[in-house]
Amino acid sequence: MIAEGGLAALWLAAVMAVLQLVVASSAVIGGRAEMARAVRPVAIAQGLLTALAMLCLILVFVQSDMSVLLVAENSHSLKPMMYKIAGAWGNHEGSMLLWVTILGLAGGAVAIFERRLDSRTLNATIGAQALIAMGFYAFLLFASNPFARLFPSPPDGNGLNPLLQDPGLAFHPPTLYVGYVGISVAFSFAVGALVTRDVGPAFARAMRPWVLGAWIFLTIGITAGSYWAYYELGWGGWWFWDPVENASLMPWLAATALLHSVSVLATRDGLRAWTIMLAVVAFSMSMIGTFLVRSGILTSVHAFAVDPKRGAFLLALLAIYIGGALALFAARIGTVRQGNTFALVSREGALVVNNLLLSVILGIVLIGTLYPLAAAGWGVQLSVGKPFFDKTVGPVALALVVFIAIGPLLRWRRDEIQALLKRMTWPVAASCAALIVLVPFAWGVGFLPLAALVLAAGLAVASVAPLWGRNLRRTPLFTWGMVVAHLGVAVSLTGMASDSAFTKETLAVLRQGETRAVGPYLVTMTGIRPVVGPNWSAIAADLSIRRGEGGAPFILSPESRFFASPTTTTSESAIATRLDGQLYTVLGQPDGKGGWQVRLWWKPFVTLIWLGGGLIGLGGALSFLGRIRRRKRAVYDEYEEAVA
Amino acid sequence: MRRVLLWLPLALFAALFGLVALGLFKPADRTVRSAMVDKPLPEFALPAMLPTKPGVARTSFGGGKPRLINVFASWCVPCIAEAPELMKLKAAGVPIDGVAINDTPEAIQKFLDRNGDPYERIGNDKASQVQIALGSSGVPETFLIDGRGRIVRQYVSNLQSDQVDDILKTWRGMR
Repeated sequence: MIAEGGLAALWLAAVMAVLQLVVASSAVIGGRAEMARAVRPVAIAQGLLTALAMLCLILVFVQSDMSVLLVAENSHSLKPMMYKIAGAWGNHEGSMLLWVTILGLAGGAVAIFERRLDSRTLNATIGAQALIAMGFYAFLLFASNPFARLFPSPPDGNGLNPLLQDPGLAFHPPTLYVGYVGISVAFSFAVGALVTRDVGPAFARAMRPWVLGAWIFLTIGITAGSYWAYYELGWGGWWFWDPVENASLMPWLAATALLHSVSVLATRDGLRAWTIMLAVVAFSMSMIGTFLVRSGILTSVHAFAVDPKRGAFLLALLAIYIGGALALFAARIGTVRQGNTFALVSREGALVVNNLLLSVILGIVLIGTLYPLAAAGWGVQLSVGKPFFDKTVGPVALALVVFIAIGPLLRWRRDEIQALLKRMTWPVAASCAALIVLVPFAWGVGFLPLAALVLAAGLAVASVAPLWGRNLRRTPLFTWGMVVAHLGVAVSLTGMASDSAFTKETLAVLRQGETRAVGPYLVTMTGIRPVVGPNWSAIAADLSIRRGEGGAPFILSPESRFFASPTTTTSESAIATRLDGQLYTVLGQPDGKGGWQVRLWWKPFVTLIWLGGGLIGLGGALSFLGRIRRRKRAVYDEYEEAVA
Repeated sequence: MRRVLLWLPLALFAALFGLVALGLFKPADRTVRSAMVDKPLPEFALPAMLPTKPGVARTSFGGGKPRLINVFASWCVPCIAEAPELMKLKAAGVPIDGVAINDTPEAIQKFLDRNGDPYERIGNDKASQVQIALGSSGVPETFLIDGRGRIVRQYVSNLQSDQVDDILKTWRGMR
């Protein structure tokens, strides 16, 4: 019954989406005031109904109702409860339902919280949101029904990909999805503004918290996903330039650019067309990402179900939404009044350069991701991997770092080169100091890692520079946000460069009692033992580890796990985190003569990568709080003015 | 000039769309290039699963006649989806032998009664030994064995209709 209830809720939500579009467009185009009053309640109802459908899906997974096809294929009654719940979105249909749920809830949230935007633009925005939702409801109901029944029902389910039985799964996809789909609000805002030709600072201030909110989730989702891949896959890497990773990176790049250009629009009323364009591009990248992942058109380590029919459906939706928005942009943007202009040497100028560099990186990642597809078009099988992306993205990213450092030190509208150079004294000095310290022992690590370390030092100093000489308690929260986020970039960059420059790797075959050194550590195999888990069994190696000859020993136990249903083997890495880096150990195969393969990495300062990512997200959150607070105050001031 | 430039994003997207659509509708090559393809079948002999049919052994293959091995189980949902495709192959005259993984005679009989019986022989692979020897990692999987007892093709997961066509073409070519 729950499954049928969920399906009914989904249908009703779809009906609400149609109603929402009708009501909103008759309010905007027909100017019908009574229709305008219905827009918000309908949008909220739509959000609640999708949430109800998602809740029903989670319930059938919790109950292990094997008569539901999706549960039978992806769950198992023996699975721990957390993974039963997470299993609801660990598959194609469930994840698409989650996608639509977030879309519906985001639309509902706009209807509830957005009070400052011009009401025509708001109605057009909610209408656009309904239009997007309708397509994805159709996709779910006609091509990916998550509530389909299975008859006769099997005694138990097929289990779940054991790689996905990890706390990361419960957390990572929903976070990323909130970000992916949250960007849809920015897209709808852009479409709404194009419809009413209302592109200006008020519009930008209304859109900014939504972009910021989605961006925070994308940042956290990508950071968490990267750490998850790092410890779960057991390959010792933290970013593989896999199509699915790129699919999450591309919307983030566009959203980062959008975040900065929307600030220019809000503060200085510049970059009108560009901001609208970025809002369209950011959500387009989300949808292209969803499409690439869900259609199985590109080969990826993320093994998802492949179904060309679903791919075709998604592709048609892409064509309608992205093509429609771009056509609207081309037809309308010429009639939007030109915004303010600015001098090249100014805060705006630096933000434009930052935007262009982010767009270049986005372009490179997009081309690199799709190139295998184009090559397959003329019959060449190839894959574009790490070497290409590192070589092409690396230098552009470093140029971007320079402009992240410069931007906040420039004044709005117009500034002097001499003044800038003076403000850059300490950052440049920090870079020089880093260079002098690093050259003696890091000369041979290659240009990119060395340049990255040197620039990171400069950026770290430059990013806190806006706080100098200010009363820290009176500094607005969003300035703190910027400082923390930019500092996070420096921290993360240091981790990436240090990992690629100084990592030590050893592959050893160890018998009991044998020792091997990696970095500053001595690793001794003390034993091999079996371990039994709830739905797996494993071989675990006990490695006794000392830092140098005199260090206090501790034990790490990497495992090789065997899952019975479905039969799969996974490596559980064992990681020791220290202040100056991580020791990463993976257990491999036995050599048949009493020895076991063990892979060991010493990764100095690698944790800074995710710490930096966390700081970037935290900076976004501070900024978000700052904006919300100021907005509340502004609403209050307006009210006071009106009363007076 | 400026007006034309505004349409550029749409044009770029159209090009991207074309590329992706081409990639999507190009028939995908889902043949698995397993290490066992082009190798002779390993030695094995499985006891009969049902009293009504013989078991499956290495000696049943070769002898000039190409045959299929279908690794399946009564508890496997994709195997139900695959059953009609196997029945099509049987109707076309392709001989099929089944290797049942971790199963019981009662469950298998029920499965065949419900979904049709395309098999000439069914071997009882209780401990998945033959499955592993074949280089198969899940159910269902289908292997095409040529007249000399070599593995020619391996199809992972339930057979699709385009794969059925591929099997028929190859099988007819080998006869």
